[in-house]
Amino acid sequence: MPAVAETIETVQSVQEGGYKWGFETDIEMEFAPKGLNEDIVRFISKKKNEPEWLLEWRLKAFALWQKMEEPNWAAVSYPKIDYQDAYYYAAPVKKAGPKSLDEVDPELLKTYAKLGIPLKEQAILAGVEGAGESPADSGRMPVAVDAVFDSVSVATTFRDELSKHGIIFCSISEAVQEHPELVREYLGSVVPQGDNYFACLNSAVFTDGSFVYIPKGVRCPMELSTYFRINAKSTGQFERTLIIADAGSHVSYLEGCTAPQRDENQLHAAVVELVAMDDATIKYSTVQNWYPGDADGKGGIYNFVTKRGACRGARSKISWTQVETGSAVTWKYPSCILLGDDSVGEFYSVAVTNNFQQADTGTKMFHIGRNTKSTIVSKGISAGRSQNTYRGLVKISPKAKGARNFTQCDSLLIGDQCGAHTVPYIENRCITAKVEHEATTSRIAEDQLFYCRARGLNEEEAVGLIVNGFCREVLKELPMEFAVEAQKLLAISLEGSVG
Amino acid sequence: MLRIEGLTAEIEGKQILKGIDLEVPKGEIHAIMGPNGSGKSTLSYVLSGREGYDITGGSVTWNGQDLLAMEPEERAAAGLFLAFQYPVELPGVGNANFLRTALNAQRRARGEKEVDAMAFLKLAREKLKKLHMSDEMLKRNVNVGFSGGEKKRNEVLQMALMNPSMAILDETDSGLDIDALRIVSEGVNALRGPDFSSLVITHYQRLLNYIVPDRVHVLMDGRIVRSGGKELAEELEAQGYGQASAA
Repeated sequence: MPAVAETIETVQSVQEGGYKWGFETDIEMEFAPKGLNEDIVRFISKKKNEPEWLLEWRLKAFALWQKMEEPNWAAVSYPKIDYQDAYYYAAPVKKAGPKSLDEVDPELLKTYAKLGIPLKEQAILAGVEGAGESPADSGRMPVAVDAVFDSVSVATTFRDELSKHGIIFCSISEAVQEHPELVREYLGSVVPQGDNYFACLNSAVFTDGSFVYIPKGVRCPMELSTYFRINAKSTGQFERTLIIADAGSHVSYLEGCTAPQRDENQLHAAVVELVAMDDATIKYSTVQNWYPGDADGKGGIYNFVTKRGACRGARSKISWTQVETGSAVTWKYPSCILLGDDSVGEFYSVAVTNNFQQADTGTKMFHIGRNTKSTIVSKGISAGRSQNTYRGLVKISPKAKGARNFTQCDSLLIGDQCGAHTVPYIENRCITAKVEHEATTSRIAEDQLFYCRARGLNEEEAVGLIVNGFCREVLKELPMEFAVEAQKLLAISLEGSVG
Repeated sequence: MLRIEGLTAEIEGKQILKGIDLEVPKGEIHAIMGPNGSGKSTLSYVLSGREGYDITGGSVTWNGQDLLAMEPEERAAAGLFLAFQYPVELPGVGNANFLRTALNAQRRARGEKEVDAMAFLKLAREKLKKLHMSDEMLKRNVNVGFSGGEKKRNEVLQMALMNPSMAILDETDSGLDIDALRIVSEGVNALRGPDFSSLVITHYQRLLNYIVPDRVHVLMDGRIVRSGGKELAEELEAQGYGQASAA
């Protein structure tokens, strides 16, 4: 079919310019010396004025990490990472105290503008006192933003509004200073230091991230959002996010990520821990758009992320929704530990790979409590020469009477040089549990494209429509504004993937 | 006016159209009848721009424009509509969203103002009512889980919304019961007028009782072998293609 030949050509011709967030911001940075050793760990801890217990915690992680080996079981391949050839601390130089936002480098603000951060919050970042503390006047739902630039949180918006409800939303560095008891209790309680190689590295060198605490019975009145941006060269980004939803509370949290275009690969190894108590709900949505590398597979972010939520309380619920379009290599399995009886875990995922991108992503659902329920819906879209793997584990313990899981994995192939793989593991030790798994693999059929074109859509519009239809079950889980952004992103990521 | 001159086309080296000459003046409905394998569907796909067909000779002009040089979506925007013999399913794509996206893509291409969601809904409901179809049609995914008859009705709904100046109906009557056939025919007849022309491709004379053609052409082995008035269809029905084409 001529369509296929053209597909290949077009995929090959996808330009670097396809990534529109690939700019670099020229701002004054403060770096720790390159490389990784105990002194660097101490440097980071000192720089952040951390208490002794946290330094000890980091050092323990570092000691563990030195004895660990990088995992190689994922269906991804990349050159060996030289962990000594990176900076582990890079922070925008602050010209004054951290509290005054008008001290923020204007270049930084320009960056946020370019990123299209949903900032009416721009005004707040620009230092206009009280701006944005009332709900946005544009008629939109306000979104509180914590912006993390390289390793350091630079601004958090809507704080006063949130604090009226007793909600804490700040950078994790601030939380360490102001709410050490909470951080100490929960940090590493879901993802322990020695959990895996990348989480362990993160535990030793994490520099910032977001912290959220929702008190008992509080329904967070707005979406909380963190924008992560890697900017500095040869910098690893190791952010750490901790969200605690106390009994009966509810929170929806959004995470967006971008990075500049660079020839060399950059490492991103984040850890996200979620804790939901009785009747609490956490909805965690990610639109991941790290730089994926160019059309020849050069550059791009290595995204090795550990995300896990613990449904500790009865009837608690944790829902992960992710739209993964960026990164050269993605290694990510947002998981749920369903401890509380009747607790619910959900994982909705769209992973798009194009050119030479590789994604090995999925989820783990650990059913421990009775009548625990989990739902997994994974949509993988592969184009170009990319490889896209769903890897999932559903583990049901003997005590998890009446546990239920439903898994659906669908793969869509565009062109004939990409790969889609599904690796579902099921371990059921409970006779009353019910586990269902469905999987499909399909292509965008030539007749679907022609049908759309015969109705007036051009080829890219047609692909966008078909792909969005394919992902609909996942996209509908995203908060409204994010869903619109995600739909556009899907279309952009696949631009030129069909001839 | 659609003018086809000496059109030859092949698929994977096999010649299917062997020199077609045909004119459909503005305001007329022409029927093309022929046995299986005579090239009827190939003709409809070549006219609407489907990939995979090599056009080896001849020309097609549409209101003076070189139709063969246009992309499928450009042909759609220029007013050409193909009602598919086998309408395609688009899982997860809502019918209303699809129809509005398509309509607006065409309007954009013509430099017209796009239709917003409310105005579209109003327009769609109007058309549905005319065609005796339920609003449910809009809520479902494009052709997913539709019966054969529903799929064809959906084609007619699309045609009514796009309001084309030239509609090619590719065996739209196949697999339809008599009620569905009537609805589909009413859809075409509603568009009938001095600015609308149509090429009705069919295997059976039955459809032509409802959509009465101005001219009937017999397609055999990639060529038009006979043309005549509407009575030719009846003759074909009575005598079969072998006899009629030899006459």
